[in-house]
Amino acid sequence: MKIKKEKTLMSGNEAMAEAAIKAGCYFYAGYPITPQNEIPAYMARRMKEEKRVFIQAESELSAINMVFGASAAGFRALTSSSSPGISLKQEGISYLAGAELPAVIINVMRGGPGLGNIASSQSDYFQSTRGGGHGDYFTPVLAPWCAEEAARLIMLGFDLADYYRTPVLILADAITGQMMEPVAMPLKSEFKNQIPEKSWALTGAKGRGQNIAKSFFLKEGALEVHNEKLKNKWEKIRNNEQRFFSYKTDDAKYLIIAYGSQARIAWEAIDILREQKIKAGLFRPISLWPYPEQGLQKCAKNVKKIFVVEQSLGQMLEDVKLALPGKEVKFFGKTGGGIPSVSEIIKFVKRAL
Amino acid sequence: MTKKFLRPPSLRPVATHYCSGCGHGILHRLVAEVIDELGLREKAIGIAPVGCAVVAYDYWDFDVCEAAHGRALAVATGIKRCRPENCVFTYQGDGDLVSIGMAETFHTANRGENLTCIFVNNACYGMTGGQMAPTTLIGQITATTPQGRSSEAKEGWPIKFSEILAGLEGVNFAARGAVSSPKEIIRTRSYMKKAFSNQLENKGFSIVEVLSPCPTVWQKKPIDAMRWIDEEMVKTFPLGIIKDR
Repeated sequence: MKIKKEKTLMSGNEAMAEAAIKAGCYFYAGYPITPQNEIPAYMARRMKEEKRVFIQAESELSAINMVFGASAAGFRALTSSSSPGISLKQEGISYLAGAELPAVIINVMRGGPGLGNIASSQSDYFQSTRGGGHGDYFTPVLAPWCAEEAARLIMLGFDLADYYRTPVLILADAITGQMMEPVAMPLKSEFKNQIPEKSWALTGAKGRGQNIAKSFFLKEGALEVHNEKLKNKWEKIRNNEQRFFSYKTDDAKYLIIAYGSQARIAWEAIDILREQKIKAGLFRPISLWPYPEQGLQKCAKNVKKIFVVEQSLGQMLEDVKLALPGKEVKFFGKTGGGIPSVSEIIKFVKRAL
Repeated sequence: MTKKFLRPPSLRPVATHYCSGCGHGILHRLVAEVIDELGLREKAIGIAPVGCAVVAYDYWDFDVCEAAHGRALAVATGIKRCRPENCVFTYQGDGDLVSIGMAETFHTANRGENLTCIFVNNACYGMTGGQMAPTTLIGQITATTPQGRSSEAKEGWPIKFSEILAGLEGVNFAARGAVSSPKEIIRTRSYMKKAFSNQLENKGFSIVEVLSPCPTVWQKKPIDAMRWIDEEMVKTFPLGIIKDR
């Protein structure tokens, strides 16, 4: 029997918040910043209904460290912010990575650098995919292109975080966060692996020895051993968790690569280009770290030219070049809130043919 | 003959890394004694700070969480809200609690979080080599106030943070003790017991500040460091209960 899924009109921000609740998120802490304010407002109401914890923290620093505590206590914990606030959270994210504590962090990107503006942007790609804070680490980064996928990736994010014991970043942009769309709320995550019990959690040392949550390894050689262990974990994630979506890539001669809201604009451009007998296809990374280089290499095998479209000055561009050495890669990006339009993308592709 | 003065089970039988004459050893013991006396070892979750006591988990035998510098009370908030049945406390120094973590401390206290905060005031940054702390006394020589802390030079005045916190509605109990003599140690222990008991009774935020010696940074013999607490520090930081609601 096929179950008809009920759809609700929601913003991407609300969809992510509700998905977190469905995923069993017990703790949320955040600080106001545009364009993600719908998340704390939604959580303030829903977490109370669910008899879970919502805290409006005094700063982003405090919020991420509250999440550190909630996670160390063994609970699913979430914080959300936007670009300048995410910069403030980097210290805490580094500590989470070092202490191997799971958490989900939502970044609804806005313009930068500095206070920038509140318009949509994709300029935190470097920060998100290269660790972001201090030290040798990575965080899995998932980038949704619509509200429903944002909900699915939140659920996946909590599972990845628990399975690998790592902070996971959901990298949305203001368009994806703010846009209202019909959403069929997923009931469970697509993640199939069995998530182990949190025997490491701080629960009080009853009937067992002491548990410690820490990222500090002072003794000579100890940090090297710890970091090598983390490296093995990143390698495992790199091998197992590459995700992407492709559209009309089988016979494509020209491949447009874009993520998040920009991929939706590029998607429309593909159909128009196809109508004009130009064999274009779309490659959309869903995991930005690990970058889906295997998928990209496959999709780009018989392609003549690569076109990267971003709402930045060219950040993902570097990962495309790393994945496809020797391929001709063209870049079109807009920054500071500028949005590449369908017609601009078509013009950009046709100019280079 | 029976042994009366025993090591509390929550304190591991190991030597600490602290300098001779340091107050942390006494304070770790007091925390362990109070936790054991109240039967909280299996419920306790401590937050170790950044500073000399960063490896407090090596000395206490219960669950301990690390916190980034200054963020101990934010971490404690996260734990306590998820696990209200546990006994959650922070153990923090003056730089951690009053300088870099002032916002976290102030707002945690103001929310009236049901937590216990042990605040070790040694009027300097010990671990990093003896720089000026927000609690450094006027005239006190440190690595970054080589002429002595001067308010005229805009180096500020020592912050009496326990008094400031006591003004907040969310704070149930605030007291300042010292480890400079057996009498003051016993008194400090009673403040700690009150601060932990308050948490069990869901009374909100309790803070116990303790004046503690740092002979290495102060460049004093251990006994002279204890005297300096009694003769100099207490003039700026008077001992006693500041607030008990």
